[in-house]
Amino acid sequence: MKNGIAFWNILKKDIKNYYLKPPNISWGIIFPLSWTLIQLIRSPGGKILELLPGLISTSVLFGTTSMLAVTITFERSGRSFERLLLAPISLNMMVLAKIAGTILFGIFNAFVPVIFASFFIELDTVNWGIALIAVFMIAITSSLMGLLIAVSVEQVFEAQTLSNFFRFPMLFLCGLFVPISSLPIFLRPISYCLPLTYGADILSGAIVGVNTMSPTLCFGMLAAFAIGLFMISRHNISRKWIL
Amino acid sequence: MISVTNLKKRYGDFTAVKDISFDVKKGEIFGFLGPNGAGKTSTINMMIGLSRPTVGEIKIDGIDVRKETKKAQAIMGIVPDESNLYNEMDGFENLCFCAALYGMRKEERELKAGQLLEIFKLKEAGKRPFKAYSKGMRRKLTIAAALIHSPKVLFLDEPTTGIDVESSRQIREMILGLKQQGTTVFLTTHYIEEAERLCDRIAFIAAGQIVASGTVSELMDSISYNHTVHFATDKIAESEDVVLELQNRFKDSKVELRPDNSLLMISEERIPLLPLMKFLKDRGIEVYEARELRPSLEDVFVELTGIESSILKKDRDKGGR
Repeated sequence: MKNGIAFWNILKKDIKNYYLKPPNISWGIIFPLSWTLIQLIRSPGGKILELLPGLISTSVLFGTTSMLAVTITFERSGRSFERLLLAPISLNMMVLAKIAGTILFGIFNAFVPVIFASFFIELDTVNWGIALIAVFMIAITSSLMGLLIAVSVEQVFEAQTLSNFFRFPMLFLCGLFVPISSLPIFLRPISYCLPLTYGADILSGAIVGVNTMSPTLCFGMLAAFAIGLFMISRHNISRKWIL
Repeated sequence: MISVTNLKKRYGDFTAVKDISFDVKKGEIFGFLGPNGAGKTSTINMMIGLSRPTVGEIKIDGIDVRKETKKAQAIMGIVPDESNLYNEMDGFENLCFCAALYGMRKEERELKAGQLLEIFKLKEAGKRPFKAYSKGMRRKLTIAAALIHSPKVLFLDEPTTGIDVESSRQIREMILGLKQQGTTVFLTTHYIEEAERLCDRIAFIAAGQIVASGTVSELMDSISYNHTVHFATDKIAESEDVVLELQNRFKDSKVELRPDNSLLMISEERIPLLPLMKFLKDRGIEVYEARELRPSLEDVFVELTGIESSILKKDRDKGGR
């Protein structure tokens, strides 16, 4: 019960202090919207439905990784993060509370291109149940990557730089814009080491109906990435922040 | 209430804390006094679970901090050396949030937050964001946040460094008030007067080691010093003959004449007042005041640690970091 109160209040504080701030709301809307427009202008004859998995994945990835990395680094520089480390709540609960807000923000980001697309096309064929779980899983893994970045840096600008160092290569290697089968052979193993590859494939199946891998395998891989990233982040927090 | 045994902390080749041991009794105010870099914050960080000891044992109310860190943290209130609340939130929200971290329910935390804002004279400021607070107000709210869950032990790292006189006074009064309520207080400071005024017992820490510890009078007694009595008179400065006579009469003492008609008698033994006053009276000199001059805690600190008090003052001027 006590852990529950702490969890809810950390989440509520983060949403109020960070995610509902006008600059972040506008980032959450403008960024996915810009990506959607870029893709539509780039391929005017392209089918919006086929672009949607890529747009959703990109929005979640960019929304979550930078937000968590920046907010945690910001709290650490002001030392308010110490309050959480010194509170009588488990490190697992604290990490979950911190990523929960980012996951919600990522899901919000994901639906901006969906809403935009709904003005142009019918979305009746989309398997929303699977798509929602995929968005949720992509948000979890991306948030945890943000956490991993936060543990590795000291300054907010470093968090931004390191986030981009991971995100952009990931975008081009996960099969969203270039099919993995068309990538040079030496890059393909890297593609299969990225959580986004599996999330994007599930989304592609749920929205367009085309999978390159079994959805069960993809969900399994995303779950494995989430558990792995959680364990590494937790270990790194304990090792680096509790000296 | 607090038991620290053979505590060591090493960062690579550098040893910040070298094998220190001490106990703090329930309801006691215990102070760590030392300059910057002495190992005060390293020690407090290990005690609160923010840093892992290289070697040693820390027990708070019988709880092993290394093994049951979260259980120990539940009974601690912690005030770090920097006021670290959330700038975006107002005073009331900050206190309620800190209470929630300790699992307090909404009604309970709102009631306690309101009470603390009143006690710390921050009721009006409670509606303002933390970033708009003065340094003194920030410090007071940070202490209030540490008290929100009524901890058994309060850790204060440099509680009054860099804040105004009035806020410092209020904080000191509050610390003494907590002691009366039975709270155990562990504080670090480089203000000698603060340690002397507040602490039941003090440990001098230098270069990661406890050089001496005890009550103020125990620390005073731990150094050998000459007994010095200061006599304020009406006209001794005019009577150089009397001073010569005095030196002949009281051969075991050293006599120093001051231009303000006062006299210092210095001796290794205690100085009996009556013969001396009679001696002066017989020569027509009135004594208005006779006072034994004892070494200050600052003198004791300098003697025991070998650190000039000017270094502590310099740390203080830098803002205590």
